[in-house]
Amino acid sequence: MRHTALYPVHKQLGARLVEFADWEMPIQYSGVKNEHMAVRTSAGLFDVSHMGEIEIKGREAGSFCQWLTTNDINRLHNYEAQYTLILNQSGGVIDDVIIYRFSEENFLLCVNAINTVKVYDWMESIEKDFEADVQNRSFEFSQLALQGPDSERILDEIIEVDFSNLRRFRFLLTRWREIDLVIARTGYTGEDGFEIFIPWESAPELWSAILNHKNQNDILPCGLGSRDTLRIEMGYPLYGHEIDEDINPIEAGLSRYVKIEKGDFIGKSSILNVYESGPKRKLYGFEMIDRGIPRQGYPVLKGDIMLSSVTSGTLSPSLDKSIGMALLNSEMEIGDEINIEIRGTNRTAKIISVPFYMKNPHKREMKI
Amino acid sequence: MIEIPEDLRYTDEHEWIRVEGDIVIIGITDYAQDALGEIVYIELPSEGDEIAKGNSFGGVESTKSVSDLYAPVSGEVVEINEALLDSPETINEDPYGGGWMIKVSIHHSDEIGKLMTNKEYAEFIEREVES
Repeated sequence: MRHTALYPVHKQLGARLVEFADWEMPIQYSGVKNEHMAVRTSAGLFDVSHMGEIEIKGREAGSFCQWLTTNDINRLHNYEAQYTLILNQSGGVIDDVIIYRFSEENFLLCVNAINTVKVYDWMESIEKDFEADVQNRSFEFSQLALQGPDSERILDEIIEVDFSNLRRFRFLLTRWREIDLVIARTGYTGEDGFEIFIPWESAPELWSAILNHKNQNDILPCGLGSRDTLRIEMGYPLYGHEIDEDINPIEAGLSRYVKIEKGDFIGKSSILNVYESGPKRKLYGFEMIDRGIPRQGYPVLKGDIMLSSVTSGTLSPSLDKSIGMALLNSEMEIGDEINIEIRGTNRTAKIISVPFYMKNPHKREMKI
Repeated sequence: MIEIPEDLRYTDEHEWIRVEGDIVIIGITDYAQDALGEIVYIELPSEGDEIAKGNSFGGVESTKSVSDLYAPVSGEVVEINEALLDSPETINEDPYGGGWMIKVSIHHSDEIGKLMTNKEYAEFIEREVES
């Protein structure tokens, strides 16, 4: 099993470690609920060094990315990032990634740990058609995610940069104690926050500087457990759950990241076919009415009729109710009742809108 | 340090029982709650349900796992710890006290003698940790 540069630090902090995508990673330190609430109310720090980083360089790096992914790369300026998808020819999702544009001829892809090798091989197979060079730089970068409403204040204290001007999905390059950092205002929690790329071996230094900043009561080290409950509350997809090679982005509710009008890209004709015939299924969120926690793989039924299975589910720490997601017949409507088979019995649940958790529902209502 | 009280009997599924006359009280051990982590949900049978030795009588879920509860003895459920349904974390905090799960009126009292003593259970978990 592989270990990040922070592995000894995690052990020292008493983290519970689990295997994830061939990495031994912390699932929790003080407890999933605590860590989850720290991110919602103040700040949490995650080691996400297992994520992969793939660089695309060269004169045609931009057109390579445009062909490879579904979002429109031409909308990106330097130091901007975008969420996008890599599809196979039949429109299934090979991976969901974030692309960072450093210059017209230099892009970085942040990919899921479980897919790093697969995506790299896929990119290599396409590379020859472009004047572009693809490099897997996953072993050079550690990655920390600082997430939560206090993230900006904490990072301001440590790194002498004014982050108030760094907007969401923008990034900057800076030096801290002679270490080169790439700091992006991105995340996977639904909170404000930053994802920081740092040379592999320097991660422990920045990790402890952040955790030991002057008011350390406002931050907790967080594991993959709370990362999962946080993203489920937001309805964010996780590869292998809501998306995979047999699920297309229209079904997964990600059509806003597929820019049909941008020109050609891998999987486009399949997506056009999906639009023409209408998606047969769609990703829905549900909450349990009966007791029980839905988990991935639990059967979803309507009475006795098997519909599909749960893609993700949890007891939501913010909402204190059981929530989940599933791919269902696209004619389902908000409020419809379904059944989840838990421990051999059918439990009632109802379809609700996603995200499950909203930071400030009043503010949202004003805008509509 | 894992606590293993002397006056209880144990199963290899990490349940404990306390015998009070014809009634046995059932819960999970300190070792089990520690291994499970934060318990967030519990499912228990209803009063009047029959449980059969070795079969599942309920389940506990922690933030990282879903586990069945296996009946250490056969009998009729006469009381359940309803307080656990709202605060399952009591199992973590007090596994042998407030974390008790069900009381059962047993059918075969000889089933009790077949369960492990505290010493046997301590050796059992030591072997489990090693393997």
